[in-house]
Amino acid sequence: MESVAQQEQVIDGATLKLRFRRAERRKRYGALLPVLPLLLFIIITFLFPVGEMLLRSIDNKKVPNVLQMSAPLLQQWDASGDALPDDAVYEALLQDFVAGAKDKTITAVGQRLNYEVSGVSSLFRKTARRAKKIEWADAAEAREAMLKIDAKWADVNIWRGIQRFSSATTAGYFLAATDYRYNPAVQEYQKNPEGIYISLFGRTLFISLVITLLTLLLGYPVSFLLSNLPSKAANLLIIFVLLPFWTSLLVRTTSWIVLLQKEGVINDTLVALGIVGDGNRLEIIHNQTGTIVAMTHILLPFMILPLYSVMKTISPYHMRAARSLGANAFTAFRRVYFPQTIPGIGAGVILVFILAIGYYITPELVGGAEGTFISNRIAYHVRSSLNWGLAAALGAMLLVVVLVLYWCYDKIVGVDNMKLG
Amino acid sequence: MSAMPQYIQGWEKIWHYALRVFVGLVLFYLVFPILVIIPLSFNASPFFTFTKEMLAFDPDGYSLEWYYDFFNDLNWQAAVKNSAIITVSATLLATFLGTLAALGLAKSYLPYRRVLMALLISPMIVPLIISAAAMYFFYTNIRLQGTYLGVILAHTALATPFVVITVTATLSGFDHSLIRAAASLGANSTTIFFRIIVPIILPGVIAGALFAFITSFDEVVVIYFVGSYQQHTIPWQMFSGIRERISPTILAVATMLIIVSMLLLCTLECIRRRNERMRRGQL
Amino acid sequence: MKLMKNKTKLTTITAVLVAGSLLAQPLVNAAENIDLTIVSWGGAYTTSQQKAYHEPYMEKNSGVKITNDDSSNEAVARLRAMKEAGNVTWDLVDVVAADALRLCDEGLAREMDFDKELAKGNDGSSATKDFGDLLVNECFIPQIVYSTTFGYRTDVPEWNGAQPTSIKDVFDLKKFPGKRSLEKRPVNNLEWALLADGVPADKIYDVLSTEAGVKQAFAKLDTIKDDVIWWSAGADTPQRLADGQVVIGSTYNGRLFSVIEEEKQPVAMLWDWQVFDLDGWIVPAGLSADREAAVLDYLKFATDTQRLADQAKYISYGPARKSSAPLVGKHATLGIDMAPHMPTDPKNAKTTLLYNFEWWADNRDEMDQRFQAWLSQ
Repeated sequence: MESVAQQEQVIDGATLKLRFRRAERRKRYGALLPVLPLLLFIIITFLFPVGEMLLRSIDNKKVPNVLQMSAPLLQQWDASGDALPDDAVYEALLQDFVAGAKDKTITAVGQRLNYEVSGVSSLFRKTARRAKKIEWADAAEAREAMLKIDAKWADVNIWRGIQRFSSATTAGYFLAATDYRYNPAVQEYQKNPEGIYISLFGRTLFISLVITLLTLLLGYPVSFLLSNLPSKAANLLIIFVLLPFWTSLLVRTTSWIVLLQKEGVINDTLVALGIVGDGNRLEIIHNQTGTIVAMTHILLPFMILPLYSVMKTISPYHMRAARSLGANAFTAFRRVYFPQTIPGIGAGVILVFILAIGYYITPELVGGAEGTFISNRIAYHVRSSLNWGLAAALGAMLLVVVLVLYWCYDKIVGVDNMKLG
Repeated sequence: MSAMPQYIQGWEKIWHYALRVFVGLVLFYLVFPILVIIPLSFNASPFFTFTKEMLAFDPDGYSLEWYYDFFNDLNWQAAVKNSAIITVSATLLATFLGTLAALGLAKSYLPYRRVLMALLISPMIVPLIISAAAMYFFYTNIRLQGTYLGVILAHTALATPFVVITVTATLSGFDHSLIRAAASLGANSTTIFFRIIVPIILPGVIAGALFAFITSFDEVVVIYFVGSYQQHTIPWQMFSGIRERISPTILAVATMLIIVSMLLLCTLECIRRRNERMRRGQL
Repeated sequence: MKLMKNKTKLTTITAVLVAGSLLAQPLVNAAENIDLTIVSWGGAYTTSQQKAYHEPYMEKNSGVKITNDDSSNEAVARLRAMKEAGNVTWDLVDVVAADALRLCDEGLAREMDFDKELAKGNDGSSATKDFGDLLVNECFIPQIVYSTTFGYRTDVPEWNGAQPTSIKDVFDLKKFPGKRSLEKRPVNNLEWALLADGVPADKIYDVLSTEAGVKQAFAKLDTIKDDVIWWSAGADTPQRLADGQVVIGSTYNGRLFSVIEEEKQPVAMLWDWQVFDLDGWIVPAGLSADREAAVLDYLKFATDTQRLADQAKYISYGPARKSSAPLVGKHATLGIDMAPHMPTDPKNAKTTLLYNFEWWADNRDEMDQRFQAWLSQ
């Protein structure tokens, strides 16, 4: 073999192996060509924006950019003692206020710092408004002027807060997203007793888990029966699963509002049958029950379909063999059939769970105060409270959970084997 | 298992029937909420429940009022137009990009195949609210927030994974010896593409396009962030309608959408049957 | 020579063009086709603006087309994002005063020269005098005073003919049993809770600034929590009152007016401690010169004495100009006198609270989080 190659080398001046490898590489990378347009499209319009958004969770450039003069000086101040910063820091900050009031950037910094230390927002707005009209000769006068604007400028805790959050990156948003809060008095992050995010994450995971288990409980028998029926009957019954699957999410959510609301079909029926009194209509919407009932319905097809596709491949002879060897029906099911459906269960469970924890629309419309998810809170911070850093931090945490689950899904099912419909 | 094997007896019989009853109830739970909307959309009074007249099949209890409302409301008309523009554009774009990519992805020798696949289907994995927020900032930065182009591109990104997956799946069952056979019989690459590859992947492409269509058509979170009211689609109008004040017109819209999804379902079923026939033919 | 000729020709043409365009200038402006995007709240409110402002303006200026965009509830987010992108697509935005404050502070709204850019009052008073202290900052042109207050059903048998007259009754489940509808945010609810608990109105925000005060407010809310259905859209409470789902509920006074006078439901107003707020226009900063000119022209028209009074024909909110008050007439379709339905009417405004922008700017995030935590307890 080697001698032949050597001969070739002598003849051609290049090894065949090399040429072959080159051709092979050309072929391999040639296959990349059709993938390229979509790849670039997804990278530019999707992956890059997602990355950029997630970076907002640690981005704090706004503060040092506006507090140009004072931020570097303030870094040198020793915050551990009870001494206030030097007059020079006061003067630098006042200069920043004058500049920031002119180009109207300073109040945004006040709002940013207000997330960490309450009261900074109005302090900044007030100081900015007055700073425009102030003139001072030296640093000591600048300090006097600031104290005159507001006595809070003599509060060491305000300064500690500004110092802590005046660098270009911050852990503040992630700490807030995990219910920690900076306490300037002891200069430490402390658990915030009023924090809601850990429990909201917990609730999102818990409700998603309940929904996943319910879909499994309801979906397993359906898939089992369907896969054991003759194909004609199965094809007909699978329509019952596919119809909701193909029906608009908003239509299905609307249906549940119509069914569950106080003057809705279910309550009316129960009242008409005399099961509940007209005065005690059930409250089954705008709470956790509403979210669970509606989302279980919406996600059930995502459990049934993967289970069904796995169960269809299980030969009925296995069960029969087990039975003929003396196992009773239950044992045969448990020892022979069930283990073969585990990949399907894994696929369905992870798929439903991934979809459930990211839900927004249905909890928003039927969840009320206690049935909303972390997604609803993220939307709130993006659109209403405008705390984009916190939204990004919460989003990053949600994304990590989803990616871990997705990795499991890839291990169990393989992305290539993902089937739709 | 439809005909009961003889060795089943006693409590197993109960199991046998209990399973069927249980499955029947689950299927009822799946379909009833959708079907119940249809008669309610013909309610003559603005309630979301069956009135006495309706239960008595009194013709006065029924009316087409809410459909009339729908066809005479400018907001709904704009929503239909917007949905058509956005969904069709996004579907065409997604189908083109996705099918092209699938032609490469289906080749097992493609380098970094797993990584590429993971990247390309990421819009399907990332929770919608994160995509929506990210695209909101992105399209604002490139000055496309609140434009049709921005919304169409955003929907294209969301819809391509479905095309990629379906078409790749179709191609993975593709017998490559067919190409060699055609080539050995003297067909050039253009002929091979149009006479062999296209007919084989076409059902996959149509199915992928349908998925892309329904993804874009039904999508409301991302468009709510990336679009502005000028781009409001049917689901957008439904979403804000439900949040503001649910009106029976929404039930009329819902009924029409259910009919659309039934049509989609039939189309897909036909494609699936055709596929199965082809597979059996090949065997 | 030829070159020379050409040159002369060119100069002549240029001169003609310049002269022509100068002549045409006023004509072009008047007939200019411009599409203004005006952002507001949607629903009955946008309709009232459409009837009182947009339609008469478009009738006078045939070249102007006004497009309504119902995005006011996220005006700050959108304008902030638009500014980051340097692409402002809105021409005029209707916002509440708190948002206007924020927008002005951040340089997202254009500063106004009120006396120059707005019409004088019909009594000849300058715009600054006519609007008075409702001009809360340099960017905000107020249109209306609205209030958030309570409505209650007048036909609750369990009340034995009693009717709620004070904020204390909202929190009194013994005397006035039944469900309440309150907004799903801390604003107003905390204030009302303290007022009902006996805190004097001028001490409300001092008390709320202490931990004990916040606890006191939530403790008071706790007493009715089980009987509260929370609302997030302005239409929720009127609908729930009409359906009988709740017996007392808070919402904007204009919405209650519709339920009582237009839909003739058995509902009445409880004006005790209504919370006043302002709603008005801001012009986004960074508009191109021609758009800005067009918007200012519209604004001058739409905020004059007559137009503000006209809006009250369609919705029961008080006009922001003093000179408009005497012009408030009858409802456009119902033909009833609108003056007694204004929140600013002396009979209704015996006890009022002005929404404290400053305090909420500092404490909104924290209170909101505590409120959410309290809700899901």
